[in-house]
Amino acid sequence: MSSNDGYLMLATFLVPLGAAVLLMLTPSRERSAIIAITALASFAMFVIAVYLFVSYDFNGPQFQGVKAWTWMENAGVLGERGIQLKVGMDGIAAPMVLLTGIVIMPGTWVSWKLHHRTKDFFILLFLLVAGVFGTFVMLDLFFFFLLYETAVLPMYLLIAVWGSTRKEYGAMKLMMMLVAASILIFTAIFAIFTEAGLGTFDLPTLFAAEFDPRMQKIFFPMIAIGCGTLGGMFPFHAWSPDGHAAAPTAVSMLHAGVLMKLGAFGIIRLGFQILPEGAEFWAPALVLVGITAALYGAISALRQVDLKLMTGFSSVSHMGYVFLGLGTLNVIGMTGAVLQMFAHGIMTALFFLLIGGMYDQAHNRDIPNFSGMAKQMPVWAIFFILAGLASLGLPGLSGFVAELHIFVGVFRSYPVVGGLAVLTAAITATYLLRMFAAAFFGDFNPRWSHLREITWAERAGATVLAGSILTLGLWPAPWVDRISTTLAQTIPGVAL
Amino acid sequence: MSDLNFDYTLLIPELILAVAAGIVLLADAFHTELRLNRTLLPGFTVLAALAAGLTSLAWLDTSDDFATLLAVDNFTAFFRVLFAFTLATVVIGSYEFVAREIRHQGEFYAMFLLATLGASVMAASQELLTAYIGLELLSFSLYVAVSLAKRDPRSGEAGLKYVLLGGVASATLLYGLSLIYGSAGSTSYAAISETFAAGTANVELPLLLGLVLVIAGLGFKISAVPFHMWTPDAYEGAPLPVTAILSATSKAGAIALLLRLFSGPLLPVKDDWQWMLAVISLTTMVAGNLIALQQTNIKRLLAYSSIGQVGYMLLAVATISDASASALLLHLGGYTVTNLAVFMAVIAFYNRQRSERIADFRGLAETNPYLALVITAALFSLSGMPLLAGFTTKFILFQAAAQDGYLWLVAIAVVMSTISLYYYLLVIRLMYVQEPDGAPAPDPQTGRLDRPNLRWRTSPASYAVTAVLLLGTIAIGLYATPLLEAADDAAAVLFPA
Repeated sequence: MSSNDGYLMLATFLVPLGAAVLLMLTPSRERSAIIAITALASFAMFVIAVYLFVSYDFNGPQFQGVKAWTWMENAGVLGERGIQLKVGMDGIAAPMVLLTGIVIMPGTWVSWKLHHRTKDFFILLFLLVAGVFGTFVMLDLFFFFLLYETAVLPMYLLIAVWGSTRKEYGAMKLMMMLVAASILIFTAIFAIFTEAGLGTFDLPTLFAAEFDPRMQKIFFPMIAIGCGTLGGMFPFHAWSPDGHAAAPTAVSMLHAGVLMKLGAFGIIRLGFQILPEGAEFWAPALVLVGITAALYGAISALRQVDLKLMTGFSSVSHMGYVFLGLGTLNVIGMTGAVLQMFAHGIMTALFFLLIGGMYDQAHNRDIPNFSGMAKQMPVWAIFFILAGLASLGLPGLSGFVAELHIFVGVFRSYPVVGGLAVLTAAITATYLLRMFAAAFFGDFNPRWSHLREITWAERAGATVLAGSILTLGLWPAPWVDRISTTLAQTIPGVAL
Repeated sequence: MSDLNFDYTLLIPELILAVAAGIVLLADAFHTELRLNRTLLPGFTVLAALAAGLTSLAWLDTSDDFATLLAVDNFTAFFRVLFAFTLATVVIGSYEFVAREIRHQGEFYAMFLLATLGASVMAASQELLTAYIGLELLSFSLYVAVSLAKRDPRSGEAGLKYVLLGGVASATLLYGLSLIYGSAGSTSYAAISETFAAGTANVELPLLLGLVLVIAGLGFKISAVPFHMWTPDAYEGAPLPVTAILSATSKAGAIALLLRLFSGPLLPVKDDWQWMLAVISLTTMVAGNLIALQQTNIKRLLAYSSIGQVGYMLLAVATISDASASALLLHLGGYTVTNLAVFMAVIAFYNRQRSERIADFRGLAETNPYLALVITAALFSLSGMPLLAGFTTKFILFQAAAQDGYLWLVAIAVVMSTISLYYYLLVIRLMYVQEPDGAPAPDPQTGRLDRPNLRWRTSPASYAVTAVLLLGTIAIGLYATPLLEAADDAAAVLFPA
């Protein structure tokens, strides 16, 4: 990857920002112009993301495509290279950028169905995506956090205005929990900057800086809980099922698919990479939290009636695997964690896309109300079953690759926990297969005979996502290479 | 005393304001037909403000003083420009409001000019009594302006409350200043600094008492808790443009005075006052933000939220250093722009809806999406949300204050800042999530809404002012460098290397 690719990383968040500005200037009557702008912008993001992922050279240096522009320096608290607009990617950011590019395109397509203040919706959605992309490619702590917060900010309005079922409650709960969690990140950042005493927010400099082990042990949990809340970490996950259930389709897709990954990514960037000794100290706690979340989420999902709530709790469970993998402190387990971030993102986006496609017609998504849906909506059911099989870890699909890595990593470090993790996978299979049996097969409920097959936009979106599930499942090497090389390079004290 | 520098040209910006105030007063008194003209007096005031602001740029990077009473340096220039900008913005954004709601237009604008003059003197003063005179000029102008509303009976009440409590505060401050004078033997900042630096063994008690009284007196002016009782009532009763000035010029002037005082003459006795300011900062941000949670009037809400903001600023004064002074000036600049954006938008709203109840902002996103956007952006900025001024300036402010072992106080400030997001979100929720009163329900089939007749337009002056302020809020949020550099140059005066 050449350093000129830094311009493309800049483009990942400038394209959605520019599109948002363009949309602001477009009158809301011009529906076709709005659709054209969003189609172009989302396609551009997809192409750039794929290109950036492919061109990341896993034999090269850790950070590639690094470009920096001085923003503020030598004033007040800031010293040399105080705040820079600095972009660059490592092998962990690369799959995350790809994930965002893959999810935003179908997310845009399915949102064209909206008729209520469509323009405002896309402005906020693109603002959110700009924040997500920006956080993944940013190598400056100030801008990292600025864009991290930017990704959270539009959620309130997106859910409160365009959501369903208890949307205002869900939106407020989500927003307040997430910004409350940010307090911890804020504080930890101030401490890191003060403690480093270098007057710079440059991330590679901070990665290389030495921090007092005691200070690392104090502030690592702050980052883990602060970012973990966004990542749906048990027991700070309470916003997630409510928020997902309330959010409109595209927002659920992006939120569960990408935004939660931002939390886990924050733990790696700020926690593991800046405070490695703190991470080492607290890794057993991550394992404990991870396995608890995995079990708790799966058991809660067993009890859910609302399809979206079930998927929400399933997300908590699957994100539990991520923290479990991170806590193993060996390259296989941690690679599995990042793979799981990607795999879960794609799969859950597909789930929410399909649930949205059905809910828009049926205005109901309680599992007991449905049966034999495979007869009425076969295409929908096929995609749904594919996502479900990926979720329960069927070999050949994305979930299997990720979970296998995590399980191997966990068995190396904590054999007992490994057993519990496999049990979780069994519970996951139970609730998914039971739901399939109840909703898709059996006698068709004639109450739903007015339902039509999902639209072409939804089919196209589902195809993109399903294709990604199959690609990762059948050919995981590009992902594994990038992730494991970076992990081995960056995190001191990590076993192979 | 012949070696004193009596170069009156140094005071041209202040002289412009003073002369303009005199002209406005006399013109209003002798040419009553002017009262029928809605634009002449405000236009003249804006011109005077611009002239004062632009001429003060002539003394950038100089370090001079007028008879050792008023310093003319980058710090003074920073505040002269800030005050002139505030005055011009408020007058443009509110001239329609003033023409309809204010009893004596001429006096009103003259008071604004004099308040700005007083604030400039506070920022420039190098001596206790000069600072006090500047403060009183600012306060008296505002006492009058607060009670000039034509129809609102709360205005007179607010004015009375403000003048009574303000008088007590002034007396407190003056007594405190006299005790400091007694301890140091001089009223000049430079001389006090020298005396205290040499040691304060004999004057510990009077000095401590003096510090307490000075902090209480100035605490009143910046509405620090527990000296804030007047603020909500004065904010609520005062006409909106006066509330804007109260929250911008009056506060910034007092902060400038605090900075001069605590970075210069009182710096040698830092150990005596640092904890006081830290405690007041804590109570101010906690009380301001918690009480704001239950307000129903937009002006009271902004009053309490501005109290919370003062808490953050005091944090930087308590941990004063080169870095935190420049961060504080940066924050003050960002806060002024953001806060004016809210006030100008609320004035535009009031001009049309004649209401300042928060509940009446319901559905503003449907009836006037532009104003809703301005208010939303400004409120998000006040609570420190990214892409906007509040995030950047607060981030740097808190980072600068997170030294001297005050990280815990910074953590509390971040908590309070998050709480403020909740009450701002309630306003934003009303505007965006709720439907406007009397709106037809959306078509149940398509969800389409058709209600063009509820739309209303902002007047051109309000539109222009709010647009400039909105762009300013975004610009500072994305690229604060020019403002930070100006703030850094200004702060460098306080801490010569």
